[in-house]
Amino acid sequence: MKFGILVNEGPYTHQATDTAYQFAKAAIDKGHSVDRVFFYHDGVNNSSALTEPPQDDRNIVARWTKLAEEHGVDLVVCVAAALRRGIKDDNLAAGFRISGLGQLVESGIQSDRLVVFGD
Amino acid sequence: MDEDVSGTVKKFMFVNRKAPYGTIYALESLEVVLISAAFDQDVSLVFCDDGVYQLKKGQQTKAAGMKNFSPTFRALEGYDIEKLYVEKESLEARGLTEDDLLVDVTVMSSAEMADMMAEQDVVISF
Repeated sequence: MKFGILVNEGPYTHQATDTAYQFAKAAIDKGHSVDRVFFYHDGVNNSSALTEPPQDDRNIVARWTKLAEEHGVDLVVCVAAALRRGIKDDNLAAGFRISGLGQLVESGIQSDRLVVFGD
Repeated sequence: MDEDVSGTVKKFMFVNRKAPYGTIYALESLEVVLISAAFDQDVSLVFCDDGVYQLKKGQQTKAAGMKNFSPTFRALEGYDIEKLYVEKESLEARGLTEDDLLVDVTVMSSAEMADMMAEQDVVISF
């Protein structure tokens, strides 16, 4: 099955981002495809290259980057939501790209299922 | 994802569950709704829980220093977005009636709402 994923919350404060990642990974491991993960609302904070969690904790941003590198998942950050929260190309982590909301609607149209993770 | 999406019409339902001001969920959700209309999709909006306050008449946001985007709901018609559903139980729990709302809506029970959600292709909740 072709999945699209929407992440609406930021890292560490909300479980949504961890669950979204685990879901994406499990789906891919089972042979499904995750074509795009769209980051909206505080979800855009998942893409900050400035994120530096303590060594003994998971690095949520780096984890997404790895997912993109290994499985070609398209990580898209909403431009308007990103600018509101101080995310620009200057501090965008590898594997992410900034684009418009049309990419989310497109993902809804092209995927068999669009799965939303938020509060 | 470079396949052509033109011509594909899916049933998109946006479920609004949060109060309009104080957090940005409602405003940013409205932005997605407008974009989906530009993609010529079959769009409907649901308002439940505190989301019913998004349609409450007479919002005054000046003192709170927030942009008043409530008039945008009146403009939805111009984007051919005319399916607005409000959950009856949520209205009643908050002492509101249809007369308190700034646009024409269809009020339905949570059971009817569930049936309608089951018919959708894409359900996005905020």
